[in-house]
Parts: sequence; structure tokens; C-alpha cells
Amino acid sequence: MKIKGLVKSMRYALIGGVLALLLPFSASHAEYGDVVINNYADAAGMRPVVFPHWYHRIRFRCKVCHADLGFAFKAGGNDITMEKIIDGQFCGACHNGEVAWSIENCGMCHSGIPNTPTQIHGSTVQRLVAPSYKSMNAK
Amino acid sequence: MKKLILVGVGLLVAALVSTPAVVMAADAEAAVSSANTFNRLLQKPAEKNLPPAEDGIHDAENDNTYVLQPPKIAFDSLVRSDFGNYVDWIKSLRDQKISPRTERMGGGEEAMIMDLDIIREVRGSMPNVVFPHKGHTEWLQCSNCHPDIFIPQQGANRMNMAGILLGQKCGVCHGKVSFPIVTTTCRLCHSQAKPEGWAPGKSAASVDNPWQ
Repeated sequence: MKIKGLVKSMRYALIGGVLALLLPFSASHAEYGDVVINNYADAAGMRPVVFPHWYHRIRFRCKVCHADLGFAFKAGGNDITMEKIIDGQFCGACHNGEVAWSIENCGMCHSGIPNTPTQIHGSTVQRLVAPSYKSMNAK
Repeated sequence: MKKLILVGVGLLVAALVSTPAVVMAADAEAAVSSANTFNRLLQKPAEKNLPPAEDGIHDAENDNTYVLQPPKIAFDSLVRSDFGNYVDWIKSLRDQKISPRTERMGGGEEAMIMDLDIIREVRGSMPNVVFPHKGHTEWLQCSNCHPDIFIPQQGANRMNMAGILLGQKCGVCHGKVSFPIVTTTCRLCHSQAKPEGWAPGKSAASVDNPWQ
């Protein structure tokens, strides 16, 4: 191979390499059904909350939270605040040291990457490739 | 010159490692442009059921992230599937691999299970939909769906796949927290074969096709 040809191929390899590094990597995949809640967390300097459905599904049927405890079927749609939690509403109905561990373990719930918007991670709506297709819940 | 070649080789390795779609032709004339990568729109997860620190949602800088249980450990004893969490939750419950509480404090009565299948006929060629109340009432209460999401009356709920994918009706849960809508799950709902001799309606434009 001529030197000229070699340099040319390396040039294209360079271009390819730079482009390769600029391309977005394949999306990481949290557990299906994980709900990121970031209504107030970022503004308060806390990491957003990541609620794992799978962990709770093993221990409770859907109706316990969604009928008995009043959680609406909407990510971010419950207006949960720490005040309500310490008063025993929403998460606080169990995360009170009695049914499950209590609220002093901040980072166990507030474990999301900062600035992640409220979402159900991995939901079908996130997999739609056309930006004009918005979830019915989007504003 | 040597330096240039070495740097080039290094970057070549980086390119090949980071983007499998970059093809180096034998005569090295041009690399495939990044506009033409294989499957440019598909973002597949690299691995299933990643531990929290690596899953792209939990912050690896947070110490408590490392206390959270990795899903694989929990799912090891459950019935597996090939979609969603990669766990078959219905079977896991019926095989008693899990025993989720029906009441917050436990000790509740058996869930009130209603075994009633609702058949929805599909206009197109897809098999008709069978909605099983049994699998749903094992987990949910009537008020979770009725009447806010589904009017409890035959023929009163119009829906289509577009709406479901956007989060209406069945899509309030499916595609979010219960099994996702992917090609492997179509038949979980579309499970009743069309009756003998059924044929889909033909498009008017092709019936009166002037070029055939």
C-alpha cells in the first residue's frame, strides 16, 4: 500500500473515530417500570426520587398503593412532599420504620441522576421515535 | 510520520470499538457515514436487569445507590419472561414464587378475584382481544379501572392501538409498569383467532383499481 493511500485511509479512520465518539451511545436501561419523580427534588437540592415498581410488586398487590393509599396512575401526579410523607401519607404510610425503613435514609429514595425529568423509565412513550407523538399526559 | 500512523491506529481502534457500524472497506476508500449506521433509531439495552449503579437512572455518586438490591438477585427465583422486567409476574404469583400482600399491614383476606373474559373484536386481521379479569383482579381493585378508565358496559369503550401506545385505556398501565407493548407481547392480548372464513375488509381504492 502506498504511503499516500495509507494516510488517506487513516484520515477516514480519524473522521470515523471522531464521529463514533460523538454519536450517542445506546440508552442505558433502568429496570422497567422505574418511576423518576422530580417535581420538587432538583429545586430543593436533592437527587430526584427513583421508585422501583418491581421491588414493591413482589411485596404488595397493585391495589394496596393504588386503591388503599390513594396513589394516582401518573408519574409526578401525586404532589408528594416530605411533609406529607412524615405525616404518613403516600410513601410515608409504609416508610415509617414500621412496615419498611424510615425516612432518615434519604439516598435510598433520592437516588436519581440530577436533572432527570419526571418519567416512567423505559415506557412505550419514550420509545416512540417521532417527537410529535407525545404522551396523553404531556402538557 | 510514525507518530501520525500510531495516532491513526489508536483512533482506528477507538472507532472500531465504539461504533461497530463503521465499516472499513478492503481498499479503504471511504468509511460508512454515520448517517447510515445500522439501526440508527433503535436503542437497545446493552444488558437486561442492570444493577442500580449502572442502569442509567440511579446516580452512581450516591452512596445509598449501592445499598439498593440489584434486580437480578430478586428475579432469580421468579418465573422469567422475555419482555418488561423479564419476569412473568402473573405466573410468579400463581406459582407462589411471590406472595404480595393484599392489605398494607398484611393478614388481609384473599384478593377478590373475578374470572370474566371480555372479548373485543378487531376490525383488521389481528386476532380478537381477550381481556381476562382474572389476571387483573388478582392485583387490582375494581375502582382502579372502573369507571375512570373503562366504562363498565359492553361497547362503551372505544380504543385503538395508537391511543394505547400513547397511554390511554390499556396504555395507562401497559407500556409503563405492566408488560410492555412489543411484538413478543401482542398475542398476550390478541389471543382469540378469527372465526372460520373471516376475511379482512378490502380497501376501496384497490377494489376499484384502474391499473389491474
